[in-house]
Amino acid sequence: MPVTAIQATGVNKWFGEGEARTQALKDVTLEAYFGEMLYIVGPSGSGKTTLLSVLSGILRPNSGSVTVEGSDIWNLSGDKLADFRLHKIGFVFQDYHLFPRLTTAENVAIPLILKREDWSRAIVEATKYLEIVGLKNRADLPPVKLSGGEQQRVAIARAIVGQPDILIMDEPTASLDGDTGHGIVSFVRNNILNEKRCILIVTHDARIYELATRILKMEDGRLIGYEKGGNM
Amino acid sequence: MTGILKLAYKLLVNDKAKFTALLVGITFAVFLMIAMTSLFAGVLKRASATVINLGAPIWIMDPSVQTVANTIGMPDYVLDATRSIQGVSYAVPVYTGGALVKLADGTYQAVNVVGLDDTSLFGRPRLLQGKIEDIYGENGFIVVKDPEFPKMGNPNVGSEFELNEHRGVIVGIAQVASSGLFGIPTLYTTYERALQYIPNPRFTISYVLLEPKSPADVAHIKQQVRALGYLGLTKDEFMDRITAFYMFQTGLGMNLLIMTVMSFIVGLSISGQTFYTFVLENIEKFGALKAMGTRSRELILMILFQASFTALTGYGLGIGLCALTIYPAKLRLPDYAALITYWNLGLAFVMVVIIAAVSSYFGVRRVLRIEPFEVFRG
Repeated sequence: MPVTAIQATGVNKWFGEGEARTQALKDVTLEAYFGEMLYIVGPSGSGKTTLLSVLSGILRPNSGSVTVEGSDIWNLSGDKLADFRLHKIGFVFQDYHLFPRLTTAENVAIPLILKREDWSRAIVEATKYLEIVGLKNRADLPPVKLSGGEQQRVAIARAIVGQPDILIMDEPTASLDGDTGHGIVSFVRNNILNEKRCILIVTHDARIYELATRILKMEDGRLIGYEKGGNM
Repeated sequence: MTGILKLAYKLLVNDKAKFTALLVGITFAVFLMIAMTSLFAGVLKRASATVINLGAPIWIMDPSVQTVANTIGMPDYVLDATRSIQGVSYAVPVYTGGALVKLADGTYQAVNVVGLDDTSLFGRPRLLQGKIEDIYGENGFIVVKDPEFPKMGNPNVGSEFELNEHRGVIVGIAQVASSGLFGIPTLYTTYERALQYIPNPRFTISYVLLEPKSPADVAHIKQQVRALGYLGLTKDEFMDRITAFYMFQTGLGMNLLIMTVMSFIVGLSISGQTFYTFVLENIEKFGALKAMGTRSRELILMILFQASFTALTGYGLGIGLCALTIYPAKLRLPDYAALITYWNLGLAFVMVVIIAAVSSYFGVRRVLRIEPFEVFRG
């Protein structure tokens, strides 16, 4: 019996008011489980990123609830919600958002520093995670000296260094060529995913569908179905 | 918390171009602010040079006197009357006035003559050469060795000059705490000789210098002096009066204030705009930090730290630059009056704090408005 990591029930989200109102999510209900790599796929404007933001505690829904490991995250106050994101969620942004003025190791260490870890201990720990993603020898370089694929792996190392239960990846292959993108997601599936971790990936890159545990398809703000990975 | 501050520090300092621009802006502003105000402080100190050098605790003068240089003679009874006031330890007359001396080479030189009380020589300067009792000798004058000393032809003990067709002899070379404002040499002699050498109106006492028996007597003495129709001021009050005159009656204060404010505006503009640009360039990164779980107050702390660190570093560099400029300038330009005081430093510090506060205010506002959701949307 899979253990539920995230449960969203009747989630609605709209932007604007009156005639300008746009409904981005329409009564979305879903469950994501530990040990699975769940894709959210769909055309542009279908609400994938909005859903990801609502599920990760970044964007408050207009109605509905989101429960992560049994707690309704949208009942949390501002600071507690920030703490929830810091301790439970790891983010890999589409544009990576690495700090160009910091070294690769310092970039990876940021979540630990935000958790008030000692700076030098955080750097040591970050270097270990850089080793996991195969970039230990790049620890002292600034991210701008790295290739796109390497930057993506740095972003992954940063997302998992705090050992979050949930990893959120937004379009992880968007800036990469086909082989590199596939390689990155394969790496995540084989090395980052485990039974205590749930990975949510927003993508519309069909080349990596085969790596998903489940695929959730969205259209026009609605969840229109689940598929087993590789069967879309 | 130190980790977050170190993160803020690295984000700031590692952006070398922006950090340099910020530092240059603040350093230049601080340099200008301190240079302007120190010049003013130096001018004010020199304007009060006679008050500082004579060192009397209480000065009695005509109420119309505004600076120590524009004396209005007082009749002799004022001296007698003040000596009889209860609480007065002693009271002595002093003469100060301008004169032209004819030097050995035939040239004329304006000088400031200070005539000290013949009995006590109260307010006498510290002698570098000669003996103070020689001032009582025939035609005896003591010259002050300050930046104006060469204008007297670099005299030695025994050098002669003419003052209103009277012979004068240098019997001593002295040092004083502060040089005068008007760029002329200072000669000390006795009160009686000063009156004898320099033509004077009917009333001859420039000031009565007075020492109270105790500080508690000061108020009573001032009241009694006021009853005589004259003004009694403590040394500090007299210096404040001189300061007020130069600040509000001459335009000097207003002009320097305008220059100081302009320096402040330049610093604020450069630093504020550069810092805001720095925040804007990093806005997505701040958004990413927010998404990752950084609390708003931690982001505010980061920005305040960055602004404060830049401001204080620029403040230190500005002070250093100012000191480095003033010191050699004083060596080469004897009349350069600039004087860095705690007051100058404090004023510049307050202005730098305002620059940091304004700069960070707009940055903080922008960062607090960024939605982490925007980071996802790219």
